[in-house]
Amino acid sequence: MGGIPHDHYEPKSNFEKGMQKRLPIIGLLYDTLMIPTPKNLNWMWIWGIVLTFCLAMQIITGIVLVMHYVPNEDMAFASVEHIMRNVNGGHMIRYFHMNGASLFFIAVYLHIFRGLYYGSYKAPREVTWIIGMLIYLLMMGTAFMGYVLPWGQMSFHGTAVITGLFGAIPFIGEALQTWLLGASAVGNPALNRFFSLHYLLPFVIAGLVIVHIWAFHTTGNNNPTGVEVRRTSKAEAQKDTLPFWPYFVIKDLFALALILLVFVAVVGFMPNYLGHPDNYIKANPLATPAHIVPEWYFLPFYAILRAFTADVWIVQIVNFLSAGIIDAKFFGVLAMFGAIAVMAIAPWLDTSSVRSGRYRPQFKIAFWLLVADFVFLTWLGAMPAEEPYASLSLVASAYWFGYFLVILPVLGITEKPTTPPTTIEEDFKAHYGKGSGPSSSGGEVATPAE
Amino acid sequence: MLKQSLTGLVTALTLTAGGAYAAGGGGKVTDYDFSFEGLTGSYDQMQLQRGLQVYTEICSACHGLKYVSFRNLADEGGPQLPADQVRAYAKNYELWDQALLDGEGDFRPAAWADQFPEVTSAAAPDLSLMAKARAGFHGPYGLGINQFFQGMGGAEYIASLLMGYEDPPSCAPEEMDGSYNTAFTAGGYPAECKYEDGTHKYPGSWIGMSQPLWGDDVEYEDGASTDQEAVAQDVAAFLMWTAEPKLNDRKRAGFVGMAILALLAVLLYFTNKSLWAPIKRRAKEEA
Repeated sequence: MGGIPHDHYEPKSNFEKGMQKRLPIIGLLYDTLMIPTPKNLNWMWIWGIVLTFCLAMQIITGIVLVMHYVPNEDMAFASVEHIMRNVNGGHMIRYFHMNGASLFFIAVYLHIFRGLYYGSYKAPREVTWIIGMLIYLLMMGTAFMGYVLPWGQMSFHGTAVITGLFGAIPFIGEALQTWLLGASAVGNPALNRFFSLHYLLPFVIAGLVIVHIWAFHTTGNNNPTGVEVRRTSKAEAQKDTLPFWPYFVIKDLFALALILLVFVAVVGFMPNYLGHPDNYIKANPLATPAHIVPEWYFLPFYAILRAFTADVWIVQIVNFLSAGIIDAKFFGVLAMFGAIAVMAIAPWLDTSSVRSGRYRPQFKIAFWLLVADFVFLTWLGAMPAEEPYASLSLVASAYWFGYFLVILPVLGITEKPTTPPTTIEEDFKAHYGKGSGPSSSGGEVATPAE
Repeated sequence: MLKQSLTGLVTALTLTAGGAYAAGGGGKVTDYDFSFEGLTGSYDQMQLQRGLQVYTEICSACHGLKYVSFRNLADEGGPQLPADQVRAYAKNYELWDQALLDGEGDFRPAAWADQFPEVTSAAAPDLSLMAKARAGFHGPYGLGINQFFQGMGGAEYIASLLMGYEDPPSCAPEEMDGSYNTAFTAGGYPAECKYEDGTHKYPGSWIGMSQPLWGDDVEYEDGASTDQEAVAQDVAAFLMWTAEPKLNDRKRAGFVGMAILALLAVLLYFTNKSLWAPIKRRAKEEA
């Protein structure tokens, strides 16, 4: 693997030589762990490890929860309470799993925005990016179905709203919704299939994670400068890189320990902070909660979904042009999935020849506005569907699409970027050489511009 | 960049509290002090025993506690009654046992391992999880940030509701169903008491439950105060325990986990520092 010249695995003992001929798994692990990694990676490059940890934690706690959970509409809620009260350590396992989903999404959003800022999606890393987007979509599906399982009020009515979105698809919508739910409404068939898929999808994600890593191990990591590692000789490559083990493993583990410190504090002292009180009420189809709010990590896209109401002119135009096939509800669904789709095709929308946002003064402004926009949309998604939130959602949605569809293509042509360093080595020396002394934070490379 | 990522994390964490918004708001909730609040707070055993007494003598007339088992009353960190008292207490409840009379079924007194019998009355919800199914605090602006400092406020909500019975405002018509309560937001509210833009002039709404506590409703053996506010807080604390019986264990686990991770973080920090030191030194020398 890998286009960066480096030392490959040499089997030493007779056992290793024998294994290498029969099943070269030690060599594979060795080359994966010793992959040359740009030495100027900063602290935004730690989220991959955090995400890997989250996936493992969710799978392990999830497997234990399944040993006690009952996927049945009459028993699911009580079985979760059984876990919380009677299973040894069950309350901690369940709280870890519940809050683990939030940590997972915090990490994935920071990971995605890291990629957007440093241009990690650009050639030749488009495949890594696309697979990452697939993982993100599967994560959302998995988290959504997981939220259904406790069978609380929000589980039930949230499911009714979200599966109702499929009902908005013209012609086949209603049939599709019934097929998805296994019935005309949310009930036991839906609970059972969501349970089954909630167990299956994490393993699909694990498979895609391996492909994701394979892809960027082939192209090499991006780095804060966006400048590629020199590949002309092993000596030059070694000046730009350090092996992943131990330099980045230890650095990443240090960051992971700090993040888990915060995570354990949340689980230990405020485990229900991110949840919704209504989900401690057993699902009751006859009593709809006053406001149905999805989990926080869906809120930005939920805000986009709700932004396009029938009185918005673009919705009316599309409605007219499509002879009424695309109504406001379906438009909202298209906008929600479109918001993720435009992010997925960012590699082909960004026209800039400079990869890293660090050397693009105007892009930086647009990027931080996008971050603010995302945070704003998250807040708007939690607000009731009324003014002024509806209009604000529309403005915020417009910027989301505008960033990807207009700003990224145009800015690449109009903007005059500053000059990146010619090599990663130069960047690294510029940071540690200027009498800055041994920095307390290993591997950190910041520029004055940030 | 570290600062940026941390800021991002904190922003994300605080934002998420938006989810708490929808539970209501607009009710008057007093921020009572409970022994189980804060990082080191734990349940007050005597208060839980008093709360159990209030539940038994007053609330249990209508409300069930179906997710709680009688044996839980003897658990460490709970009311922690002696086992023989728990067995005697359980006998006060009758439940249906299908296995009796050769499968015909019959009522029998409840025992150690049984759960509190389910009360099937739509008007009186089960109270086992009530303290977690309600949030007392939502602000500011629905962000739920104050939950960070005040807690979710479930127990505060319950105590406030029990204290929230007041004479209805004069704008309300005579024939309103139920009683006016300043903390309860899910009930009926007369149009006469709204401003033109639809917002309410007065907190709360009309609740079906008539006022259950008036002061001196119970007699405590431990001589604790039996005024209305004290009793309301006792039963609220008890219902917090029924909703979250493992709170003491959870906080202890939180401290142990944080201590281990803090130690691990310190060790990894120095490992990382010494690992990178020669690399950085060389960069400095060559530059």
